Amino acid sequence: MNKKNILRDYLLAGLGIGLMIAALYMVFMYVPTDKHTGIVQRIFYFHVPVAWVAFLAFFITFIYSILYLWKRNMKLDAIASASAEIGVIFTTLVLITGPIWAKPIWGIWWTWDARLTTSLVLWVIYIAYLLVRSFTGEPGRSARYSAVVGIIGFIDVPIVFLTVNLWRTQHPTAIIFEGGLTTPMLITLMVCIAAFTVLYIILTIQDARLKNMESEVRRLNNRLV
Amino acid sequence: MENLGYLFAAYTLIWVAIFGYILFIHIKQRKLQQQIELLQKATEKPESAND
Repeated sequence: MNKKNILRDYLLAGLGIGLMIAALYMVFMYVPTDKHTGIVQRIFYFHVPVAWVAFLAFFITFIYSILYLWKRNMKLDAIASASAEIGVIFTTLVLITGPIWAKPIWGIWWTWDARLTTSLVLWVIYIAYLLVRSFTGEPGRSARYSAVVGIIGFIDVPIVFLTVNLWRTQHPTAIIFEGGLTTPMLITLMVCIAAFTVLYIILTIQDARLKNMESEVRRLNNRLV
Repeated sequence: MENLGYLFAAYTLIWVAIFGYILFIHIKQRKLQQQIELLQKATEKPESAND
């Protein structure tokens, strides 16, 4: 790893840690408790950024899958697959933290409304993406097949986003865009989104590096055989 | 302080998942780095033998 990359990694780590500390301070010390739903509403400040990162991750997978099919460069595939993996982890967190928040507010853990169901479908699509990669075997073919899944699967992302406007759902509408948040709440949410976005960038760089190292091991093994 | 348990559970899960994933990447990167160094040495040997 060259000096420029090491410096970039340290800068990103410093920024990420700083933002995350600021985010935690704001969530637990700065932002006022919601009058209607109480302290449990604070799940919102991590639930929404985690969902944002999941959408961003699948968008990056979509872009890099197109780029891979065009350029056939395995480094592009490494970024696409790293981003998909992180997207799956964050979608899992959305699907877990959502019900934890829903139980005290709605009185139920889960309901098959449009937002929740399409989110679950999104998770299944990208689990399929990861399965295609692990079962296909040969790296070039696995990259091609998964790139197709990464492109087609992305169709579900705007659907998930628009469900709350297209159908009547139990899940609340996007109050951020409707001015439903007070200024401290909005600032806290923005800091949390920034913190999670930096975390996503760090994780994607590290995971893509891991995948490039796996390719290098395969290449060296082939040279020996 | 009603529902504090739910808040605690949500934040704990998020942090356990994030730290778990960072640890997984770190351990795997270290193992792969060792493997690469070993393989590089192994592939260099025949060449130096020819010299």
